[in-house]
Amino acid sequence: MTTQSLVWNISLIAIAIIAVAFLYVAARSGAAAQYEGVQKKAYGIRRWFFWALVLLGVGTAYATLAEFPIPDQRAPSAGARVVDVVGKQWYWELSANQFTAGVPVEFRVTANDVNHGFGIYDPNGRLVAQVQAMPGFTNRLVHTFTEAGKYRVLCLEYCGLVHHNMITEFEVAAARQGGK
Amino acid sequence: MSALHQPSEALSRRERIVLNLYAITGLAVLVLMMLGGIAMRMSQGTWIELPPDVFYQLMTAHGAAMVGIAGLTSSAVMWYFLRKYVSLSPGIFLANYVLFMIGAVLILGSIFVLKFGGGWTFLYPLPVKSNGMWSVHAAAGYMLGLVSIGVGFLLFYLDATLAILRVYGNLGRALGLQWLFGGDIDKSHPATVVASTMVIIANGLGTLCGAVVLVLCLVNAYVPAFELNALLAKNMIYFFGHVFINASIYMGVIAVYELLPRYSGRPWGVSRPFLWAWAASTIMVLIVYPHHLLMDFVMPPWMLVMGQIISYTSGLPVLAVTAYGALTNVHRSGMRWSMPAKLLMLSMFGWAAGVIPAIIDGVIRVNSVMHNTLWVPGHFHFYLILGLWPMLFGFMYHVIRARADEPDSAFDRLGFPAYLVGGLIFAGMLLMAGQASVARRWAVHLPEWVPYAPAASLAAILVVLATVVFAVRIVSGLPKAPNVGTAH
Repeated sequence: MTTQSLVWNISLIAIAIIAVAFLYVAARSGAAAQYEGVQKKAYGIRRWFFWALVLLGVGTAYATLAEFPIPDQRAPSAGARVVDVVGKQWYWELSANQFTAGVPVEFRVTANDVNHGFGIYDPNGRLVAQVQAMPGFTNRLVHTFTEAGKYRVLCLEYCGLVHHNMITEFEVAAARQGGK
Repeated sequence: MSALHQPSEALSRRERIVLNLYAITGLAVLVLMMLGGIAMRMSQGTWIELPPDVFYQLMTAHGAAMVGIAGLTSSAVMWYFLRKYVSLSPGIFLANYVLFMIGAVLILGSIFVLKFGGGWTFLYPLPVKSNGMWSVHAAAGYMLGLVSIGVGFLLFYLDATLAILRVYGNLGRALGLQWLFGGDIDKSHPATVVASTMVIIANGLGTLCGAVVLVLCLVNAYVPAFELNALLAKNMIYFFGHVFINASIYMGVIAVYELLPRYSGRPWGVSRPFLWAWAASTIMVLIVYPHHLLMDFVMPPWMLVMGQIISYTSGLPVLAVTAYGALTNVHRSGMRWSMPAKLLMLSMFGWAAGVIPAIIDGVIRVNSVMHNTLWVPGHFHFYLILGLWPMLFGFMYHVIRARADEPDSAFDRLGFPAYLVGGLIFAGMLLMAGQASVARRWAVHLPEWVPYAPAASLAAILVVLATVVFAVRIVSGLPKAPNVGTAH
C-alpha cells in the first residue's frame, strides 16, 4: 500500500467516525434530558477521548520522527550518486538523467530565479518524493528508486504563467544483479 | 435559555447599514469567486478552455478574494458579538470595510487590467520575476491592495484591543489565564471575549508580519538591489497566511458559542478545558506555520519537527473542546433545528472533519508525497466550505430571523442538503485527486488527471446554487431583520 492510499483510507475512516458522531447526536437531539446528566457523562467520555488522542499523537510522532525523514543538509550522503538540479522559468536542468534502481541518488536542488517544486513522479504517475527549489539555497533530497522505468519531474510550486509546462524526464534502469 | 435576540445586540441605523454592507459584500464576493473556481475546475476537466494566463489570473483573484472575504465577513461576526461586552467603534468597523474595498479595487485592477498572475501568496520573488509576463507595477498594485486590506484589519484589531483592555485590564485576564491552574471560574466570562482576545493577539501579529514582508517586497520591486532572503520571506508569508485564515475561523466560531445555546436552550459557558484550549491555541496558531515549509529541507530541523507536532496538537482543541462541546450542548436538548442551528452544527462537523486531512498532511513523511497536490486545497476547501462559511451563513440567517422556531422555507430545505452534499463531494474529489498525486495550481492537467474534474465541477455547481439560495434569502431578509431592544 502506498503512503497516499494509507493516508486516504485513514482520512476517510476518521471523517466517517466524526460524521457518525454528529448524526447520532442530531438523531437524539429531539428528546430533551437534564443537561447536568448529559454533561457529566459526556465529560467522562471526553477525558478518555482526550488521552486517547494524546497517546495516538505520541505514537505517531515517535513512529514518523524517530528516524528523521529529511537527510542531513550539511553533509553529503555516503554512497549516493550526486545530481545537481536547477529550476528555471520554465525548465529543469539536471546534471544526469540515467539512474539505477537500488542506488541512492542525492539531488542537490536549487533555483536561479523564483521558487519551484522538484516533484518526482514514478512510471505509474505516482508522486514518490519532492523538495523545494529555492533561489539562494540548495536542498538535498536523497531518494533510492525501487522501480525501473521512465520518471517525470513536475514543478510543484507555482512559478508563473508556464508553470504547468515545467516537466522533464529521466530513466531508471533495473537494479544490477548481485547487489547495489 | 437566552432570548433569540438580546437587547445588547440591538443595532443603531448606522451600525445596521455597515453590518449589512459586510454581509452583502461577503455573499456577493463568495458567489462570484465560487463561479471563478468552477470555471477553473471545468477548464482542468477540459469542459471549457481557459487560456493559462487567464487561469492563473483567475486563480490569483480566487485565492486573494476568498481569503480576504472570509476574514472580512468573520470580522463582522466578531464585531457584532464583542460590542456587547466592550465598546467598539462603529467608525473603525466602517474604516476596515472601506480599506478592504480600496484594496479589492487595487487587487482586481492589478489582476484583470495589468495582468498580474503571481498567485495570492505573492511568494517572493515571483511577483517581480514574472519572466516578462506582467509589469512590476502590476505586482506593486497587487501588493499595495493587500497592504490596504491589512491596515484595515490592524485598525479593527487595535480598536478591539483597546476596548478589551479598558474593561479587563490586560489581555491575559480577557483570555481567562487567571483560571487556568485553579480558582473559581467566573462562568459569565464571555467566550466571545476569550476568542476575540486570541484573534487580536494572533492575527495582530500575523497581519503585522504580512504588512512588513509586503512593504519589503514593494521596496524590492522598485529597488532590485534591495534583495530579500527567499527563505525568510517565505517564512513570513506563510506565517501571515496561516494565521490570517485560521483567525477567520476563530472569529467565525464566536457565532457558534453565542448562538447554538439559543437553539438548544442550554448554556455554553467557559470552563477550564475551554480556557486551556484557547490559551494553547493562541500559542499554537503562531508556531505551527512551519508545516507549510516541510519540503524546505534547509529549514532548521527543530522547526520542521515543531511544525509536525503542533499540527497534530492544534487539532485537539477543535476536536476535544469546541466540536465535542457543541455535540454535548445539542445532545438530547430538544434542539430547534431551524436554518441557523443546522448551519452552525454543520460548521462544527466541517471544521472537525476538515482538520483530519490537514493534520495528516502535517506529517513530514506524508507531506513529501502530498505537499502541493490537490490534497491541500482538498482539506482547506473542506473546512472553509463546510466549516467556516456555515458559521457565517448561520450567523446571517440568525440575524434575519425573528423566532428560533420560525419554519424554514422550501428553498432553505432544499438548499441545506444541496450545500452539504455538494460540499462533501467537491472537497472529497479534491482529496481523491490529491491522493492520486494530481498537482495543485496547474492550468492544464495531464490526461490522467482530467477524470477527477467533472464530478468536482458538478458538485461545485450544486454548492454555488445552494449558496445563491442562501444569499438571496439573507439579502432579502436583511432590510426586515428584527431589532430587539434599544440601540446604544
